[in-house]
Amino acid sequence: MNPERERRGRELIAKYPRAQSALVPFLQYCQEQDGYVTGEAIDEAAQLVGITPSEAESIASFYSLLFTQPVGKHVIQVCRTLSCMLRGAADLQRHIKGRLGIGHLETTPDGEFTYEEVECLAACDKAPCLQHNLAFEYSVTPEKFDRLLERWRSEEPAPAFPAE
Amino acid sequence: MDFEPVITKGIGQLDLADIDVYRRQGGWSALERALTGMTPEQVVNEISASNLRGRGGAGFPTGKKWSFLPKDGRPRYLICNCDEAEPGTFKDRMLLGETPFQLIEGLVLSGYAINAAQIFIYIRGEFLHGSRTFRQALAAAYERGYVGKRILGSGYSVDILVHRGAGAYICGEETAMLESIEGKRGEPRLKPPFPAIAGLYGMPTVVNNVETLCFVPHIINRGARWFAAIGPEKSPGPKIMSVSGHVHKPGNYEVPLGISAGELIELAGGLFPGRRIKAIQPGGGSSAAIFAEDLATSIDFDSLAAKKTMLGSGGFVVMDDTTCMVRAAYSLVRFFEHESCGQCTPCREGGQWIARMLGRLEAGEGTQTDLRVLETINTTITGTNLCPLGDSIMPFLASVLGRYPDEFGRHISLAGCPLREPEPAIA
Repeated sequence: MNPERERRGRELIAKYPRAQSALVPFLQYCQEQDGYVTGEAIDEAAQLVGITPSEAESIASFYSLLFTQPVGKHVIQVCRTLSCMLRGAADLQRHIKGRLGIGHLETTPDGEFTYEEVECLAACDKAPCLQHNLAFEYSVTPEKFDRLLERWRSEEPAPAFPAE
Repeated sequence: MDFEPVITKGIGQLDLADIDVYRRQGGWSALERALTGMTPEQVVNEISASNLRGRGGAGFPTGKKWSFLPKDGRPRYLICNCDEAEPGTFKDRMLLGETPFQLIEGLVLSGYAINAAQIFIYIRGEFLHGSRTFRQALAAAYERGYVGKRILGSGYSVDILVHRGAGAYICGEETAMLESIEGKRGEPRLKPPFPAIAGLYGMPTVVNNVETLCFVPHIINRGARWFAAIGPEKSPGPKIMSVSGHVHKPGNYEVPLGISAGELIELAGGLFPGRRIKAIQPGGGSSAAIFAEDLATSIDFDSLAAKKTMLGSGGFVVMDDTTCMVRAAYSLVRFFEHESCGQCTPCREGGQWIARMLGRLEAGEGTQTDLRVLETINTTITGTNLCPLGDSIMPFLASVLGRYPDEFGRHISLAGCPLREPEPAIA
């Protein structure tokens, strides 16, 4: 394990009464560094907190914000639950999939965009809503999405899943 | 309505994430009062006397929850549940990001009351912005001596540790949250033992919701009697209702419990012109629907329970007559299917099959058999799971199927949805 990674792991473990509590925070840190949770990160995490790699993998697979496959630089997560559905989420989803040419949990061939339909994001008063690299966008019409897309394409994005 | 908001006061007008602004609004005075002049027991007694009931969904009396902790010298933990993900609920996200010091004050006060050795706040992974605001606020609170060693010169010391979730609704269930903080899959535990006896790392633990904790400083400042006098006797105090769906002004409304469903809809700007109420979910995605004839129903824990639904988290979703009930139920069942941890068969398998049947109905491929199964499956799923998630799959579906059976039937006879999808209506 590279020393910086190990240092961060130890630092996280020191915050908790028991080492295993640092498992997910460490994987979040690795995901920020590597873009997704690599097999290597799983092995390192397991070793750090003293569990088997298969246990660590089982735990990582439980959480929807830990990606064990590569994702795009831009991850667009659109709410599909009731309150957004009532305010046009289905139209928005169709529009986005059409614009990006990909479906649920797919990534564009150039590795730029990943699209996912997610459950309630707790922004139901500004439906339909989405998150772009965990930043909220509210009341997103198809037209507003096109403007956002232009902006995202012109900027260097923040990490898709910042650890903190 | 001439009700002065309590925990949402100043939001949208003042920068309450500035520690001095918060102080000028009366912030920290409750903490000072308690730490310099009240014993922990007196704080617990005050909260018990106020009859504050948990704002996360279950409505359990907060003082009673605190008093269950055994006095056996083991370290105690306080956990703030900020894993808000109940469909239609968006109040804790606002409180976290807009008034973080109020939450910190509530946390330290509650920690003092139960003599917590350590406080954790479990913040939903999606709330990146809110968790950053909270961390900044926490650093400022440490600097001023409101958190940390010998707080405000008293003998009480406590740290607050931020733990970010990683995407899992079920971790809002308190025992799943304990598992998650321990670094495991967020699978609910069998109860008993309850967290008060064997919680985080096996130690006595209290889990309280963000909104509940935000009320604590105000009750200490203004007294239990003030709080208990607001709203119905057994269900007192203000509550944030998150109103969404087909209303003019969706948003968070802090109201005294006891207002009617109709009044709440009026506060949220009323319906769109020419539309009528078809169904309302009064307490988040887990709650059964109420209908147009229920607009006089009092919004409080007991009145909604009497209507066989619940106040829950206060996620109040209004559906007008353009809404297809099959689609609405499909959206919610699919939510629970997706969020099931998979431990209990009725929840894991039941959710999948019901979602599949509703999807078929909506696509025009449903059969009479599907309908008969939907009508009879309730008792084999509800009440047969470890945790309330499995019990949340059926209430909305069963209530709208009972009320609008013909609409479900027409999806079969017409081989498709009889309601045109409404235009996206964005104010």
